[in-house]
Amino acid sequence: MGIVQHQFSDNIVTAKLDHLINWSRYSSLWPMTFGLACCAIEMMASGAARYDFDRFGVIFRATPRQSDVLIVAGTLTYKMADVLRKVYDQMPEPRWVIAMGSCASSGGPFNTYSVVQGVEEIVPVDVFIPGCPPRPEALMHGVLKLQEKIKNEKFLRK
Amino acid sequence: MLEELSNLLFNDYKDLHPYVPVFIFSLIALAFGFGSLIATYLIGPRDSYEEKLSPYECGIEPETDANHRFSIQFYVIAILFVIFDIEAAFLYPWAVVFDVIGIFGFIEMMLFILVLFVGFIYAWRKGALEWV
Repeated sequence: MGIVQHQFSDNIVTAKLDHLINWSRYSSLWPMTFGLACCAIEMMASGAARYDFDRFGVIFRATPRQSDVLIVAGTLTYKMADVLRKVYDQMPEPRWVIAMGSCASSGGPFNTYSVVQGVEEIVPVDVFIPGCPPRPEALMHGVLKLQEKIKNEKFLRK
Repeated sequence: MLEELSNLLFNDYKDLHPYVPVFIFSLIALAFGFGSLIATYLIGPRDSYEEKLSPYECGIEPETDANHRFSIQFYVIAILFVIFDIEAAFLYPWAVVFDVIGIFGFIEMMLFILVLFVGFIYAWRKGALEWV
């Protein structure tokens, strides 16, 4: 918890300051890539020139220390679940999670002993993106939805 | 008071003193640096726990301590690299203006390379390149 987090009442100053903080947060969502399966190919396509995630301020990082959002792209097995949780733990706050594709959202077609039935069992998820795999447009939509969510967060206000 | 300040900031032609922008730039740089630190201190959420502070090794538990020792050979190789790196850095501008500086520049550079070469032979004879 920050020193000034959730310490102030609703008024025009704190609301505007919250807008400023939220603006800076949603304008530079740096994702930690967690490509587990074919969804990762679509995620890579989203970052490349045709779909160009950079214009949303979304720049992929290779380390959780620099990232704000964890994009779980693919089938999460129980063997990989520890790794996912550890990477999530190692991200600094504020942090958000996008579950990309039906496998990450619900296990998808893999209703088996080895597959986690949705990453929400492991980490708290902010946005679920349906699709098998979702097209880059869908991932983009998910990121925009997450931005909308961040826009309405209260940081300074109670 | 204002007169003195004006004399300090402006020269005789009523133009801004050339160092005033540098001064303003330094002030902005300092304000930005300290401002960022203070803002982070105030609004940065701080919530540390053991897992978060653990070293990042792609999500795997670290097997060994990261601060383990390297062979001294690496340092010798690194120093040899620096010597020849500098040699290459000097050789490029020398080659570009070679037709201007002529035979004097050629002899100078050959002497420089000779000095490095003597050191290189010495290191070689001492076994710096013997990989254990």
